[in-house]
Amino acid sequence: MFPDEFDYYRADSVEETRDLLAEFADQEVELLAGGHSLIPTMKSGLASPDVLVDISEIDELTGVTVEDDVVRMGAVTRYTELLANDALQTAAPAFYRAVEHVGDRQVRNRGTVGGNLAHADPAADLPGAALAADATATIVGEDGERRVPADDLFLGMYMTDVGPDEILTEVTVPRVEANVAGAYAKKASPSSGYAMVGVAVRLETVDGDIDRARVGTSGVLDHGVRLETVEEVLTGASLSEADPAAAGDVALESIEETMILSDAQASAEFRGALLETYTERAVEATLQDARPESPTVD
Amino acid sequence: MAEHDITLTVNGEEHSLTVESRKLLVHAIRDDLGLTGTNVGCESTLCGACTVHLDGQAVKSCTMFAVQADGAEITTIEGMADDTLHPVQAGFEVEHGLQCGYCTPGMVMAATDLLSENPDPDDEEIREGLEGNLCRCTGYQNIVRAVETAAARMDEETVEGD
Repeated sequence: MFPDEFDYYRADSVEETRDLLAEFADQEVELLAGGHSLIPTMKSGLASPDVLVDISEIDELTGVTVEDDVVRMGAVTRYTELLANDALQTAAPAFYRAVEHVGDRQVRNRGTVGGNLAHADPAADLPGAALAADATATIVGEDGERRVPADDLFLGMYMTDVGPDEILTEVTVPRVEANVAGAYAKKASPSSGYAMVGVAVRLETVDGDIDRARVGTSGVLDHGVRLETVEEVLTGASLSEADPAAAGDVALESIEETMILSDAQASAEFRGALLETYTERAVEATLQDARPESPTVD
Repeated sequence: MAEHDITLTVNGEEHSLTVESRKLLVHAIRDDLGLTGTNVGCESTLCGACTVHLDGQAVKSCTMFAVQADGAEITTIEGMADDTLHPVQAGFEVEHGLQCGYCTPGMVMAATDLLSENPDPDDEEIREGLEGNLCRCTGYQNIVRAVETAAARMDEETVEGD
């Protein structure tokens, strides 16, 4: 309940953050954004950094900017602020829905989009949703700025392409000409609220046909992955013929089944079954999002 | 720097404190300022008994360091009533929205935050809005009623131009 002692610095800029990371390179340093993954681990004794650099007040890392072909989210933008942005909801509906599912109201007032992606908890909602959204991360390091697509960002359990002296500064999602529909279906752990299994589906449609499908997972493996077999089954289908059950049936074919997470909450077998069901539900909900005028059968 | 001088404005009153970096905001509120209405109910950021308003938003004060709140305006449960109970407090009173009362300050703070964004929530929206707050006594039914009653009263007050 009581974290170990540490030194706290509040950074005012990305440059100052890099300077502090360099200054304390011989100690254990963590970046503090929303703190709702880090601070619980410090309270339980799982983490005991020597230095915390608070980046949550850095103006240049905060806020949502809408441009012609992208929506830019500063890395320390709080979830609540993201949810207030209509352009984000339109451009990346599955990602937006996933943000709605993170934690609870209080958590969403403090947690940040960049923190979620950089921490890469296997059961977090946003990595899978970032994959579906075709998001790109901007990472600042020794050689300046580099852009990493979500497909290359998530490497393993709590492991991303962000290096120890680097800072994830921004997340962008594209704005496209096509109609975009999306949904996020989540089987939440009744105790933690994290995803036992979560599936984010994004469909770009042109004249009633699915032009491009992207599907990302949460909670299934030790990091978020795409479900290419589901994407293939949906691509090219018309909105009226796309079959959620058929999509669910092929979900496991994209997954290395021996790598499915197994823990006290759910066996790998149960998670696999959940993946099929929640893929079906996410596709169903996305089709509803795409053609709201169709009657629903609940 | 392991110790910091900070200023917290709590329920309208400014306080200067010297705190260790690791001091949680909830402990600064309870131990340094003596405002014990805000409760610690878990070690996992799940229960919400520690909920306060920070710069107008409901936050879990157990999952922030006091140093992070330097310069902020905080409202705790002690700051909700003036001459009369806040409508949300009154709602909990008339609808018997509590038994032991331990979760209640957090529930009131979270519900107030919910109503400021959604003044007329339905049953499902109230339950979703209070997902961050756990109650072990009531089974939530009267808590939901309390928030509905509060919403209706706050509506009336708006209509009457109060």
